[in-house]
Amino acid sequence: MNPQKVESTTVDNFKRPSQTKEIWRRFSKSKGAVIGFVLFSIIAIMLLAADFIVPYEAAIKQDFTQQLAAPSREHFFGTDGYGRDAFARLLHGGRTSLSIALLATFSSAVLGSALGAISGYFGGKVDSFIMRSLDIFMSVPDILFTMAVVYALGANFTNLLFALTLAYFTNYVRLVRSQVLNLAEQDYVEAARAGGSGSTRIILSHIIPNAVGVIIVNTTLNVAKIILYESTLSFLGLGMPPPQPEWGLMLSEAREFMRTAPWLMFFPSAAIVITAASINLMGDGLRDALDPHLKS
Amino acid sequence: MAHTEIQNILEIRDLKVIYKTDLEVVEAVNGLDLTIGKGKTLGLVGETGAGKTTTALSILKLLPSITGRILQGEIYFDGEDILKKSEHDMQSVRGNRISMVFQDPMTSLNPVLTVGDQIAEAVQLHNPDMSKEQINERVAATLNMVGIMPSRSGDYPHQFSGGMKQRVVIAMALSCEPELLIADEPTTALDVTIQAQVLTMIRELRDRLGTSMLMITHDLGIVAQTCDDVAVMYSGIIIEAGTAEDIFLGDKHHPYTVGLFNSIPNLDIKSDRLNPITGLMPDPTNLPKGCVFAPRCNHQMEICLEARPGVFEEGTHKIRCYLFSEAAGNSKAGVDLNAE
Amino acid sequence: MLNDNQTVPLLETVELRKLFKLKGGSNLHAVDGINMKIYAGKTLGVVGESGCGKSTLGRTILKLLEPTSGQILFEGNDITKYSVSKMRPVRKDMQIIFQDPYSCIDPRKSVIEIISEYMFIHKLYKSRVETFNKAAGLMDMVGLARRYANSYPHELDGGRRQRIGIARALSLNPKFIVCDEPVSALDVSVQAQNLNLLMDIQDELGLAYMFVTHDLSVVKHISDDIMVMYLGKCVERATSDELFANPQHPYTKALLAAIPKPDIRMRNKEFQLIKGEVSSPVNVKPGCRFASRCDYAVPECSQRDPDFVETSPEHFVACYIVNGR
Repeated sequence: MNPQKVESTTVDNFKRPSQTKEIWRRFSKSKGAVIGFVLFSIIAIMLLAADFIVPYEAAIKQDFTQQLAAPSREHFFGTDGYGRDAFARLLHGGRTSLSIALLATFSSAVLGSALGAISGYFGGKVDSFIMRSLDIFMSVPDILFTMAVVYALGANFTNLLFALTLAYFTNYVRLVRSQVLNLAEQDYVEAARAGGSGSTRIILSHIIPNAVGVIIVNTTLNVAKIILYESTLSFLGLGMPPPQPEWGLMLSEAREFMRTAPWLMFFPSAAIVITAASINLMGDGLRDALDPHLKS
Repeated sequence: MAHTEIQNILEIRDLKVIYKTDLEVVEAVNGLDLTIGKGKTLGLVGETGAGKTTTALSILKLLPSITGRILQGEIYFDGEDILKKSEHDMQSVRGNRISMVFQDPMTSLNPVLTVGDQIAEAVQLHNPDMSKEQINERVAATLNMVGIMPSRSGDYPHQFSGGMKQRVVIAMALSCEPELLIADEPTTALDVTIQAQVLTMIRELRDRLGTSMLMITHDLGIVAQTCDDVAVMYSGIIIEAGTAEDIFLGDKHHPYTVGLFNSIPNLDIKSDRLNPITGLMPDPTNLPKGCVFAPRCNHQMEICLEARPGVFEEGTHKIRCYLFSEAAGNSKAGVDLNAE
Repeated sequence: MLNDNQTVPLLETVELRKLFKLKGGSNLHAVDGINMKIYAGKTLGVVGESGCGKSTLGRTILKLLEPTSGQILFEGNDITKYSVSKMRPVRKDMQIIFQDPYSCIDPRKSVIEIISEYMFIHKLYKSRVETFNKAAGLMDMVGLARRYANSYPHELDGGRRQRIGIARALSLNPKFIVCDEPVSALDVSVQAQNLNLLMDIQDELGLAYMFVTHDLSVVKHISDDIMVMYLGKCVERATSDELFANPQHPYTKALLAAIPKPDIRMRNKEFQLIKGEVSSPVNVKPGCRFASRCDYAVPECSQRDPDFVETSPEHFVACYIVNGR
């Protein structure tokens, strides 16, 4: 066991596969994750290529001769109460719905996790300040709060995004804070400080990666929630201004015709469920892929 | 088993235990033989992963039901094979005739019940006919026995220090005067001065109640101070067993036992370097074909890699090593293993 | 061993104190006026039971905890009031090895990343490749096979994980390392391997250690000097040989007597027990902290703190009885 100094060595024997490649390899081993990924890719491609599949015109053009038509060759998913093509509305509406949902989820996750990490890591006065402010924030019901924001600022894409972010970031703060409180106790955090790491570096390179599992799970669950939340807003007349299509709006409009034209309710619901499920599956796979314990 | 007179409270024969998961099979105990005489204390020594706790759990039939499996062997407790007993029968054995004390006292105490209530519960479970007064008396006597004021019986576990909690746990284990006490590293979590107090207490109580004991530990010092017999365990096998005199004073030893002794920093001799055993315990999912210690042994012979060695016996002293077996020639038996 | 008073100690503390404020305004006296000196290339063993403040002392010296009062001198410079950024270059010289081989390394980083972390923080080497090469050299030094470079911590056993921590501590070429119970979570045979490793590294690199442990038998092997702590105070300090040959403070004696000896010839000798348990370190009253458990205590013991007196060369004891009041 004589310690020996080895000054010049090659790095060949520990050239590791790149982090991204490694994560992808583990991700692709999980069946659920791959199914989710494929489903989501199909949805994403269809939504991105919506203009080539069916023109936006078809989604807003009212045709009162074709009200509430059943699914047919002409109208794959039938038509709504104004005679608009439901398939076109679904595709074009998905673009708005999904991009709002994804962006709002992302921004609320980033904002909430950052605040949670800061709160948990620094503790003391910083923690008290953040958490008490959050209490005030949470004492106002979500829906009331969002309504107030949208009402005050007007209903458009940016304001909706803003309102949804504010409505959803709070649970990340609590979740991440409790994780961080636990992680900050670990010796490796102290070891990083002993090595000269600053707080930012510790949070970014040790705390967040170890808390990423819960963040991802929460994030994927939130996408579906936000899509449904949008529908609530649309129902209250605070969603995207008509005639712009949107999944939530389609659902609330279809409610009227639930008995006479159930397909109007079925297709947007199915779209939301499939999208949410594919994102959840991907999220689970990603969480596992990021965890080296499950490497093999 | 036709016993005319049962001399051994516990006799384990050729016990094999595995933990089976979807991914792998861990061979935790691999043909273990163990005997504890009535009123005697056996020290079961070994490092982490040697299978000590698995052995203890097998005796109580408390192996994790999903993964743990006893493949073969017999465990005779007071002449009866425990492995043939039903779960219902076992419940009257556990806590009543065999008690166990775990390393961490906090895991054995319920944090929301007072200490007195917990002892009372244990007493009542095994003596359903006792009146409330009798039980209270018994609780007070039990606490007295371990040197805790009975007036503290209304306190909750968190109000006690680690050493006192472990005393309470031991008191609970002994409250039903079991025939066998299994103590799994009972003092490892305690400070050395508190450890000395608890060990003294265990020793006194054992002698007074005549309880037989299985003392599981990694500390040869504790074994020397508390045990009559010693079994050294490695990778699920007893590689050496005998009386304390055989192990601590005898001149023939399994190379692992020698390595274990050499690893202990000695307070009396000032030497700069320790003489540890090199390497690590074999992977229990992939044990060597031959002697389990062969890969780390510096007396390794060809035969060691081929088949598991048999037992060499000399009076009460048993060693599982080819160095002393007939096959390798007895001439090797006298070799001074301490010469490195 | 400390006779050469001309040289400046590598590390010195003067009346170092660390109090923790508890809810309700009381103070927990974790470290209560510690004076100590550690010289380059030497090892100071700090021994005591849980709650005596030995780990807090180690962390306070490294300024991982802010000292309440007193001074910490490193190479003659007072670092007590150094800011986080001013501490950064000093951190290269003073490192720590942790007790728990499981929580001391980040489970999401590979072995080579963990060992390289400090070198990246301080930008010691120009390229990633060069840093990884140095890390591989450190792996050789601590006896970790290079094939583990890409492994994750959970794939390794406690002894090897501990070696990752050692390699990481060595990566900045420190002059001083606080070893906080570095072997107490390990099995005896692995413990001995790692103790040997720490001693070999010290011989080769000329490091100074502060070796914090509860285990007197471990500390004897590795230390030049030993300091015995009880409830935040140092009760006895001497060279290792002197302390074991001639322990003076009743607590040191009790600590030595309480160790179960692996020798059955001493079996029927009762342990020399000390009564009671460590009292609370909250709002301590003046007087010897050990008095309530001490068989020899006289009224004076609980009135005033005993002085730290040199009873023989380089052997200090804080006890009224030993020092003849």
